[in-house]
Amino acid sequence: MTALLWAAVFFLLVNSLACLWRVLAGPVMADRILGANVVATNTMLVLVLLARLLDQGFWLDVAIVYGLLSFTLTLVASRLLETGRLRIEEPEP
Amino acid sequence: MMIQALAVVLMVAGLGFLMFGTLGLLRLPDLYCRAHAATKCDALGAGLTLLSLAILAGPGGDALRILALIALVLLASPTAGHALTRAAWHAGVRPWTRERGDD
Repeated sequence: MTALLWAAVFFLLVNSLACLWRVLAGPVMADRILGANVVATNTMLVLVLLARLLDQGFWLDVAIVYGLLSFTLTLVASRLLETGRLRIEEPEP
Repeated sequence: MMIQALAVVLMVAGLGFLMFGTLGLLRLPDLYCRAHAATKCDALGAGLTLLSLAILAGPGGDALRILALIALVLLASPTAGHALTRAAWHAGVRPWTRERGDD
C-alpha cells in the first residue's frame, strides 16, 4: 500500500510537469491560468498523500488552505482577465 | 482487506482520470476544449483519489477533513472553470472551428 501511495506521488509530479508545458506554451493567458489550476490540484493531492505517508495529520489542514487559496487565485485571475488588466496575446480575428 | 481493495480501485481510477485530464489539456485544440477536459477530469480524479485516501484513513478526524476537501474540490473546480471560460469569452477569445484551420 505504501508503494502504491509513493507511486501516486511520483505520478502526480510527472503529471504536474506535463501541465507546466501548457502553462509555458499556452497561446492565450486563460490557458496558462487553466494549467496552473491543474498543477495546484495535483499539488493539493500530493499534500494529502504525504500527510498519510509521513503520518503528519496537520498537513491535511495545509492542503485545505492550499485548495482554498488556489480557488481564490483562479477567481481573481479570471476577474483581472475579464476587466482587462491582464494582456491577451492572441490577435483579434 | 476488502476495504483496501476498494481504496486501490478508487485511487487507480482517480489517477487515470487525472491522466486523461492532462492529456486533454495538452492535446485539445482550443481553450474551451481544454477547459472542458481539464476541469471535469480534475474534479472527478481528485474526488476519487481523495475518497480512496479517506477510506484508507479510517473513521476519525482525518477522514472528516479529507471529506471536507472533497466537498471543496467538487464546489471549486466547476466554479473556477466557469469563471475562467466566461472571462476568456468576454476578453475576446473565440472558439476553435475546423474552418479557420489554424490547429
